[in-house]
Amino acid sequence: MSVDNDTVKKVARLSRIAIDDGQVEAMKGELNAILNWVEQLNEVDVEGVEPMTSVVVQKMRLRRDEVNDGGYADKVTRNAPISDENFFAVPKVVE
Amino acid sequence: MTDLTKLSIADARQGLLNKDFSACELTDAYLSAVQEGNEALNAYIAVTEDEARHMAAASDEKIAKGEAGALEGIPLGIKDLFCTKGAHSQAASHILDGFKPDYESTITQNLWNDGAVMLGKLNMDEFAMGSSNETSYFGPVTNPWKKKGSDEALVPGGSSGGSAAAVAGFLCAGATATDTGGSIRQPAAFTGTVGIKPTYGRCSRWGVVAFASSLDQAGPIARTNRDAAILLKSMASVDYKDTTSVDMSVPDYEAAIGQSVKGLKIGIPKEYRPDGLDSEIETLWQKGIDWLKEAGAEIVEISLPHTKYALPAYYIVAPAEASSNLARYDGVKYGLRVAGDDITDMYEKTRAKGFGHEVQRRIMIGTYVLSAGYYDAYYLRAQKVRTLIKNDFEKVYDSGVDAILTPATPSAAFAIGDKDMAADPVKMYLNDIFTVTVNMAGLPGISVPAGLSSAGLPLGLQLIGRPFDEETLFQLGQVIEDAAGTFQAEKWW
Repeated sequence: MSVDNDTVKKVARLSRIAIDDGQVEAMKGELNAILNWVEQLNEVDVEGVEPMTSVVVQKMRLRRDEVNDGGYADKVTRNAPISDENFFAVPKVVE
Repeated sequence: MTDLTKLSIADARQGLLNKDFSACELTDAYLSAVQEGNEALNAYIAVTEDEARHMAAASDEKIAKGEAGALEGIPLGIKDLFCTKGAHSQAASHILDGFKPDYESTITQNLWNDGAVMLGKLNMDEFAMGSSNETSYFGPVTNPWKKKGSDEALVPGGSSGGSAAAVAGFLCAGATATDTGGSIRQPAAFTGTVGIKPTYGRCSRWGVVAFASSLDQAGPIARTNRDAAILLKSMASVDYKDTTSVDMSVPDYEAAIGQSVKGLKIGIPKEYRPDGLDSEIETLWQKGIDWLKEAGAEIVEISLPHTKYALPAYYIVAPAEASSNLARYDGVKYGLRVAGDDITDMYEKTRAKGFGHEVQRRIMIGTYVLSAGYYDAYYLRAQKVRTLIKNDFEKVYDSGVDAILTPATPSAAFAIGDKDMAADPVKMYLNDIFTVTVNMAGLPGISVPAGLSSAGLPLGLQLIGRPFDEETLFQLGQVIEDAAGTFQAEKWW
């Protein structure tokens, strides 16, 4: 499988990465080089093989459903580029 | 007085307890070395000088009171991927501009609890994506090693390039590092240092910036096997804040050093001898086999038939997980923001400016392989191949093999700005051909310096162990260290 210019633009959009028209061609080449190389996985017979979900067999640890952290909104928002009274500030999204 | 920076962690620990020198003197010696050498090596991207002196003074008090911890007063460098409270923690990326977390990663907290001193944050490939440390926003790291008679600047490997260079260049006594596909072991091999990636689940991932969560595992880089064992003992823990942290007590790794390897069965996988393998690497591997044989180990040929599929499967799994993990960098919660016409435009401009090219490419690959219609063909298939890789190892271990010996890298360190590597991403990825299987199967692997190339550059051998059997790796690593010796770059910086 290989990608064309429109697919590159679509994937960039899904990735939320702005891409100039001038960069599309180069990115297409790089993505195709990698995608062509991983094609070799099609040689492998994976019929009946379970996908690996964890490297060590382990029962998921559970904990009580209770609040055990929090209450410091100021710390949480301290690293935000723009924040206002412990809220993250973003461009207007609702008219 | 002798140069304190040349001491191993084991010797420095003894010297501090004997009061031959103080923790403040030891830290000052390293801070001077950093000041003198960092401009040339670019291993540190932040030096926490005041904090280091403060921690060293506290260590001296503890030593005086007879309350010294296992790493009391030992000055360490910390990879920038680890969150350290109030200090530079940017994964060497522009997108985390100015980020200073309000919390401490479990691993670094474990180290401070044991008395270690933080010298600063170490350079790395951006978000740990790279094998040469050239993708860092803060510029490449220069390897302390150079070819005989050459002044060409070489890469220290990656992604833990700053960690490896700082340890090899005596700018810290030991360093933390992380390994997703070879990022501890390849730089260790390129710099003549010891690096161990423990079993997945041995060290907590809490507070370590995530790249590919099912593969990421932290470990130490040090100058000797014993030092690596000392550091891993402190780094490893059971942590309820990381659901993949395994509930097993941490053994005393140092006790394994010097134990006889007589009767241990060592597997030599034929698939690790691809056509065109560098003859120097081949010779080194044979030397390693001979050393272990002389020490009483039994050598057996083994087969790991799915080895060649590990790297392509990795380049589906790792970018897929990365595309998801890196979605959080959106210009809202932390770091860089570039203004846009609307919120989507802001996201896109921020991420285009904040992420470097390699990171952007991997996010896009990951997004593509996870996108509608392609999940089964790529990600699911890769995860199935991963099961086959794991089964290969399990079969070998079930047959009684205790550990596996392979080369660590297909070559010695290469030049910064290598044109072939820059032109072809796959060529750069092939650096991890011997290390990546270990991450895919979640196993422990150690890279131990084993000799020098004809050009005078360090080369390493890798030992792969059973799950949670890091002790056997230290035991065998010490045999190689005893036979090969340790290696020091000639100082030019």
